[in-house]
Amino acid sequence: MQTFDLGGKGLRALHEELYALNGTTNSTAWEVVNTKGAHAIACGLDAPIEVTVRGSTGYYCGGMNQQATVIVDGSAGPGTGENMMSGKIIIEGDASQYLGATAHGGLIVVKGNASSRCGISMKGVNIVVQGNIGHMSGFMAQSGNVVVLGDAGEAMGDSCYEARFFVRGEVKSLGADCEKKEMRPEHIAFLEEILAEAGFDAKPEEFTRYGSARNLYNFDVDNAGDY
Amino acid sequence: MCGIVGLFLKDKSLEPKLGEMLTDMLITMTDRGPDSAGIAVYGDDTEGRAKLTLQAADPGVTFTGLEGALKDAIGVDVSMRLKDTHAVLDLPEDKISDVRAALKELRPDARVMSAGETIEIYKEVGLPGDVAERFDIPKLTGTHGIGHTRMATESAVTTLGAHPFSTGADQCLVHNGSLSNHNSLRRKLAREGVMTETENDTEVAAAYLTWKMQNGSSLGEALEAGIDDLDGFYTFVVGTKDGFGVVRDPIACKPAVMAETDQYVAFGSEYRALVSLPGIEDAKVWEPEPATVYFWSH
Repeated sequence: MQTFDLGGKGLRALHEELYALNGTTNSTAWEVVNTKGAHAIACGLDAPIEVTVRGSTGYYCGGMNQQATVIVDGSAGPGTGENMMSGKIIIEGDASQYLGATAHGGLIVVKGNASSRCGISMKGVNIVVQGNIGHMSGFMAQSGNVVVLGDAGEAMGDSCYEARFFVRGEVKSLGADCEKKEMRPEHIAFLEEILAEAGFDAKPEEFTRYGSARNLYNFDVDNAGDY
Repeated sequence: MCGIVGLFLKDKSLEPKLGEMLTDMLITMTDRGPDSAGIAVYGDDTEGRAKLTLQAADPGVTFTGLEGALKDAIGVDVSMRLKDTHAVLDLPEDKISDVRAALKELRPDARVMSAGETIEIYKEVGLPGDVAERFDIPKLTGTHGIGHTRMATESAVTTLGAHPFSTGADQCLVHNGSLSNHNSLRRKLAREGVMTETENDTEVAAAYLTWKMQNGSSLGEALEAGIDDLDGFYTFVVGTKDGFGVVRDPIACKPAVMAETDQYVAFGSEYRALVSLPGIEDAKVWEPEPATVYFWSH
């Protein structure tokens, strides 16, 4: 394993080293130490490597990730995994607000809780949270899945498109145009697979599915006066 | 943006290091707001004595001979410590209003930054590191304190637009965010006789809390009422003689991280601000919930 001292060498040097990897070397396991809550750690990676960040991170850790696995051995700050395309982010602690915002693909696993606006405007990522998620999660979420083993906060799935929400615990309230939906066999099968990949032991049958009621998809002439 | 830091000490052995710890935390937050910086520190409580922190654009003129002038005018013995553009007057507790009235006559250009038994507020335009150095903040000792570094949005970059704002005796407020109904609220408060000095939104929030408390609310009740009456984005940290509190608006998009150990409760706009605190690795670290008032007191 390569160990990188972020406090000593700095963020730019870390990224220069990680960007130089293109999947052709044996240096696939990296450890970043002395992080002190710094912003934008391990952003924009594009190689099948595993980067373990020791300590808590600031804004945007693992943002724009492709292929790589980023493990945060602590808690993660706002915007973690923003616009991720593929690969995996594993957060051992809690995640702050707008986790996985606009992310197109890959998997984000949170072993603690995720804060507000988790999965806002997500476009295909899968987010699995062992604890709870905060208010306004999945706001305008377009595709992908949010799987929550705990509870969800207020206004979940507000104005969502085709993203799916699976919650095992309570949902404090649903946002505009988000509704409870039936669990079909394909949903059980999906949960079995994603929970196994995330490494969580939970029964798919205990989850409830939520998604768009699709009432906001088309303009309703009765609402013309509101504009 | 703006950056906020706060530190409430449970362990008395840390009190001599309060200023140093707060300064380190605030400097870490410099890139959240480089316009102005300020700090409120709650120091020694001497029975029967109180403190007025004053600021002047031209301290050499405003503060020279002030002790003697106050003695001649109202017969009150005050002692004065000069710190750059600020002066801290030490005076008998029961003479605060007499001295404030006399200052309006004697030194109309002196601005009262804070008044109370233990609070001192220092704030100026500039980077946190520079402001801390000018006022020798690392040398300050105390039980708790709050710091702020400002990225101005709602009003000009001036000393009076810097935080913390005083909300009454031994009370102060800092703010990350912006209020959208501050003009209408300012007019409403003016009709109630609560005057503000600047165009700043946070000053209105401070005046609102003062007004609520003048009408019998506790600080906690005033903050609860503020959740309904203050429209906009805010993470507020408030200080009182005994403790400090935190409240975020219901949307809570302005960041906030807290840490608690047996030795302290700490607040930071980001986790970065907390990383140098002793025992942070094993601290309980969490984000305060939206629309929820948190308070710690000695």
